[in-house]
Formats: sequence, C-alpha cells, structure tokens
Amino acid sequence: MTNVLLIIFIISLLYVSIANRIITYVRVLALQGFILFGVTFLQLKDIQTWNLVLILLETIVFRAVAVPMFLSYLIKRNRITRETEPYLPHFVSLIIITMIVVITVLLANSIKETHLDKIFFIVSLSTLFTGLYFIASRKKIITHVMGYLMIENGVFVLSLAVGNEMPNLVNLGIMLDVFASVLILGIFLNKIGDVFKAADVDQLSNLKDY
Amino acid sequence: MTGIYLISAFVIAGLIFANRNSVINNILIVVFGILQTAFALYTCFHYKSSFLTYFTFDSLGLLLLLTLSVITIPALLHSYLYIKRHDETPQSRAIYFAALVFLITSITAAYLANHIAVIWIFTEMTTLSASMLIYHHRNKLALEGTWKYVFICAISITFVFIGILFLSLSLQHSGSNDLSFANLMRYKDQLNPFWLRLAFLFIFTGFTAKLGLVPMYTAGIDAKDKAPAPAGALLASVLMNLGFVGIFRFYAIVAQTSIFHWANLVIFIAATLSIFVATVYMTRVMNIKRMFAYSGIEHMGIVMFGLAAGGVGYYAAVLHIVLHALIKSGLFFQFNQLYRTFQSKSIQHVGNYFKYNPTGAIVLLFGFISATAMPPSGLFVSEFLIFRALFEGSYTILLIVVLLLLTIVIWAFGKNILKILFLPVPGLDESRIPRINPWESLSQYLLMFAAVWLGLNPPLIFVQLIQDAVKILPV
Repeated sequence: MTNVLLIIFIISLLYVSIANRIITYVRVLALQGFILFGVTFLQLKDIQTWNLVLILLETIVFRAVAVPMFLSYLIKRNRITRETEPYLPHFVSLIIITMIVVITVLLANSIKETHLDKIFFIVSLSTLFTGLYFIASRKKIITHVMGYLMIENGVFVLSLAVGNEMPNLVNLGIMLDVFASVLILGIFLNKIGDVFKAADVDQLSNLKDY
Repeated sequence: MTGIYLISAFVIAGLIFANRNSVINNILIVVFGILQTAFALYTCFHYKSSFLTYFTFDSLGLLLLLTLSVITIPALLHSYLYIKRHDETPQSRAIYFAALVFLITSITAAYLANHIAVIWIFTEMTTLSASMLIYHHRNKLALEGTWKYVFICAISITFVFIGILFLSLSLQHSGSNDLSFANLMRYKDQLNPFWLRLAFLFIFTGFTAKLGLVPMYTAGIDAKDKAPAPAGALLASVLMNLGFVGIFRFYAIVAQTSIFHWANLVIFIAATLSIFVATVYMTRVMNIKRMFAYSGIEHMGIVMFGLAAGGVGYYAAVLHIVLHALIKSGLFFQFNQLYRTFQSKSIQHVGNYFKYNPTGAIVLLFGFISATAMPPSGLFVSEFLIFRALFEGSYTILLIVVLLLLTIVIWAFGKNILKILFLPVPGLDESRIPRINPWESLSQYLLMFAAVWLGLNPPLIFVQLIQDAVKILPV
C-alpha cells in the first residue's frame, strides 16, 4: 500500500510538469499532503503515539489543507494570472522530469542497502530535483514557492524512511516545514504581491553591482 | 549557564521587541553587551566542559565566540549611532535591535553546539533574524534582497537537512543513532561511504549559503548590501564563520574516513570557483558594500584551500577566518561614515575621502592593506601559510592560478579604494558634507590592530587554541 501511494506521488510530479494553470499546482500540493498522511500512517509503526498524532496532524492540517488554501487565497488576493508561464514547452518539461525519475531509479538500483526501502530514496530524490527544475524553469515568484514546497514534501518522504529509528529527525523535518513555509509564505509573499505588481521574477533584478 | 545565557538573551530580545521607550531600549542593549561579554569570559573558565548535553566549550567554538563577543560591542555601538541618526520610529528601532540580539545569540549557540541537528536549528534561526535586519529600510530594493536571501537560505537549510538524513542512513550500519559529533567520531570506521558522500555533498552545499562560497554565495551578497552597515558587518564576518563551523565540524569526521580525498576534491572545486567568481565581480563592481562582500567570498575560498591542502593549512585556515572577521567588520563599520559623507554607495560618486575625513580615510587605507593581505596585515601570515601548504601538497598549478586571480583582485580593489581616497569627484557640493567625529573610528582601529597583533605576534594561548582546534584533523 505504501508503494502504491508513493507511486501516485511520482505520477503527480509528471502531472504537474504538463499543468497549464497555477491552481492545478495548488491541487497537486494538497494531494501530496494527503498522500504523505497515508504514508506516515502506514510507515511509522515503532513510534510513540503522541508523536505520531503530532506528525499526522501536521501533514493533514498544514500540508494538505492550510498551505493550499493559503496559496489559493494569495493567488486571488494578488490577482496573479492563471498561466504558469514556463520558459520551456510542457513537452520538454515532461521529458526532463521523466529523465530525472529514470536516473534516480538507476542510481538507487546501483546501491546495495538493506536498511532503506529504496522507493523512499527514489521518490524523495526525484521530487527534490523536480522542485529545483520548477524553480529554475518557471517565471512567477509564486511557482518558485510551490517548487520549494514540493522539495519539502520530498524531504519529508526521506525522513519517513528513517523515521522508525530516529523519530526526532521527522520532528526536525516538520519544524523546517512549518518554519520555512510560514516565513516564506506568511511574511513575504504578502508584501511581494503588494510591491511587485506582476509578481514575475523579471522584477527581481534591480540589485546590481553598479 | 548556557541555559541561563540563552534564556536571558531571548528574554532581552523579547523585551526590546515589546518596548517603545528609548531609554529602556538603551539600557537593555547595554545589558545584552554585558551578558555577551560575561558569557564569553565564563566559557574561557569552563574550557572543554559540556552543558545541557548539546553544547561543548571546545577550542574552535571558544575562539570564534571570543571573536564574536569582541565584534558585538562595536556592532551595538554603531547600531545605536545609526538608529539615532536616522530618526527611526520606536517600532522599527525595536525590531532592529531585537533582531540583532537574536542573531548574535543564535550564532553563539551554533558555535558551541556539538550536535549537527542543533547547529542546524540555530542556523535556521539566524536566517530569520538576518532577514529582519535586511528588511530594515522597508523599500523595494530591501524587499528584493530579503526575498532572495530567505529563499536561497531556505533551500540551503533544506539541503543541510537532507544531508543529515543521509548521515543518519550512513550511521545506521553501526547500530547507533546518536548524531552528535563525538558519537560520529567514535563510529567513524563503520560509516557507510556511499551515504557519507551524499551527506557531505548536501551539507557542504547547504552551508555555503552562510559561508559564502559557490554555489550559494549570491544571497549573502545582496544581504550585506541591503542590511544597515552595522548589521552588514555581522553578516559579513561572524555569520560567515558560522558556515565555517558547520563545514569544519563535519569535515573533521569525513577526514577520518575513506572518502577524505574525494571530499578535498569537492572543496577544491568550490574554492577555486569562488575565487574566480569573486575576481570577475571585483573588477566590475561599482557598489562599495558589494565590493567588500565579494572580497569576503575570495577570502572564504582561500580558507577552504587551507582546509583542503592540509598540513600547516589547517592552522592557517582557522587563523585566517578569525582575522578576516575582525578586518571585514571594521571595514563595514567604517562604511557607514563614508556613506554619511557622500550620501552614495557608488564608487563613481565618492572620492577624495582624505580631504573630508582623514581619520576614516586611514581606516579605509589600512583596511584595504589588511584585506588584500599585504604586510603588515595579519592575513599576510595566514595566506602565506596556506600557499605554503598548497606548495607542499604539490598543488603547484592550482597555486599559480590562485595567485594570478588574487593579483587581479588586488588590482581591482586597489583601483577602487585609491579612487575613493584620493580622486576628487567633479560637481560635489562640499558645503553639504558633514563633519564626522573622529572618535567613531576608534573601534575600527582597535579591530584592525588586533588583527595585525594576532597575525604577527600571536599570544601563546591563541596559538595553542588553534592547534587544539585542528588537532582532530589528520596530519
């Protein structure tokens, strides 16, 4: 069952790569939050109950509901246009992300490791590189933020893989998620939306050396 | 005591944040200065002891903590002058000083932490407080700088976290799951090399955002440019040392394993690229603050060369990082007076500084000599030792490349500084230039003379501390 969920997670990355509207990104982020909820529930067995409840609450409340709702609120409030405006065509994005997944699968197969379920490694590493690719290839600031949130989801998958031995690392991951998301989303995107009307990265090029 | 220090420092930060009265604000700043100094002295008397499980007063932590505490006093003083002159609202003053106190406390805790996750947590806190300082002026450019800094630091901190996860996978073969540095050192032979490689790559890349190396150096440049100069002095000196602490403590463990040479190769690549990038930008830069920031990138590249070259390079790397912090913070403190004189950051609108403020001009001239490592600068000693380590390690080609690049840096730096000091600016309205109190340069003189003294005639205890800090590295 864990494997099915994680494979759906990978498919969601491919789906995002050809998505044309920003709201699709938000929905996929919410879907990933629900998937992480399921994976956490199935995966973390040797952990204290109250700690498990805390982690489950964080995934369902924060990742699956609060962040997507806040994102769609920001999109409405700042009147961000619906297009994702990639620098490259969707077809190329699809190819690149497929390549990323294939390469991580090959890399994972080349290692001999008994302590780790390899699918966690594949999912997290391909999500990391996909997120970085989104940050590099999309024009709007808000899609950069979504790319970052996707990286966070990938990192959380990896922390689940070691979660039974070191539950503190999962808690650290949650701390990172809450801290960075609140800092990035809460404080700055509000202001960035007000100050930089079009919310494109092209506007962020005024700091120069001369 | 560490607990008392942390709690009282955070309480002071909270009080400053809530308070709107200027007298109480000043009292709280003085109290924090005393607290920081007292804590630094306390660590000297409890050398090598551990507190609250996660903090150890070891040699490297102690050295850098003393550097930080020395720089804290002028930083608070210049911040006070800065805020007073700018007629800040009580609210923005409160946010500025609270963030400053928070930043210094987080850096202190991160220096002394003996657990990689604790360093990580406090590094996260420095991002938060630094971003408040960068956004101090609340205009469009400051917002752009803050946004870039926060975003790149968030990605870097995620990278460090991924590295920690890989490190825990690497450790699992030994059956232990304690990620403190002492425990990692104990199980160094049983670490899985594959996961350790990945862990090193990610942790190194993550900490380069604070240290200021390729690939994540960009955010730091904008941050030092947009933050008020007294805060920029902290970002350009002690915060960079925090990145060094993170990399050094992990490198000490990697150095004991089979991937040692591979790790050195990674560091060499990053360091060479950093010096190259710094050289390219130094020749073109027109913004004085950014020029100082790029000079910092170049120095961090040299420090990493010392670390990777080994031998006498270890000693020189730690010496270099301490001296660089003193000199670079002095230059940033002086920048504020320069800005008040000319009301511009651009080299084109600044000139003939010797005529308007000779005391400050000597600081700039001396800072230039120090930062380019010409004798009698203390950095001359450490840089010379690093080059010797490179030569002894038979990295001759690399040494030649670096020396060529450094020559270009000195040329570019010298061209700009001499223009600032001697060339008159056409059309400058001299009646509008304020008279600057020479005593405001006193702290810069003290910092720079301290750097000369520690470099040329270091006290025995200072040498012993550095030697003890690098003792854990292989010969």
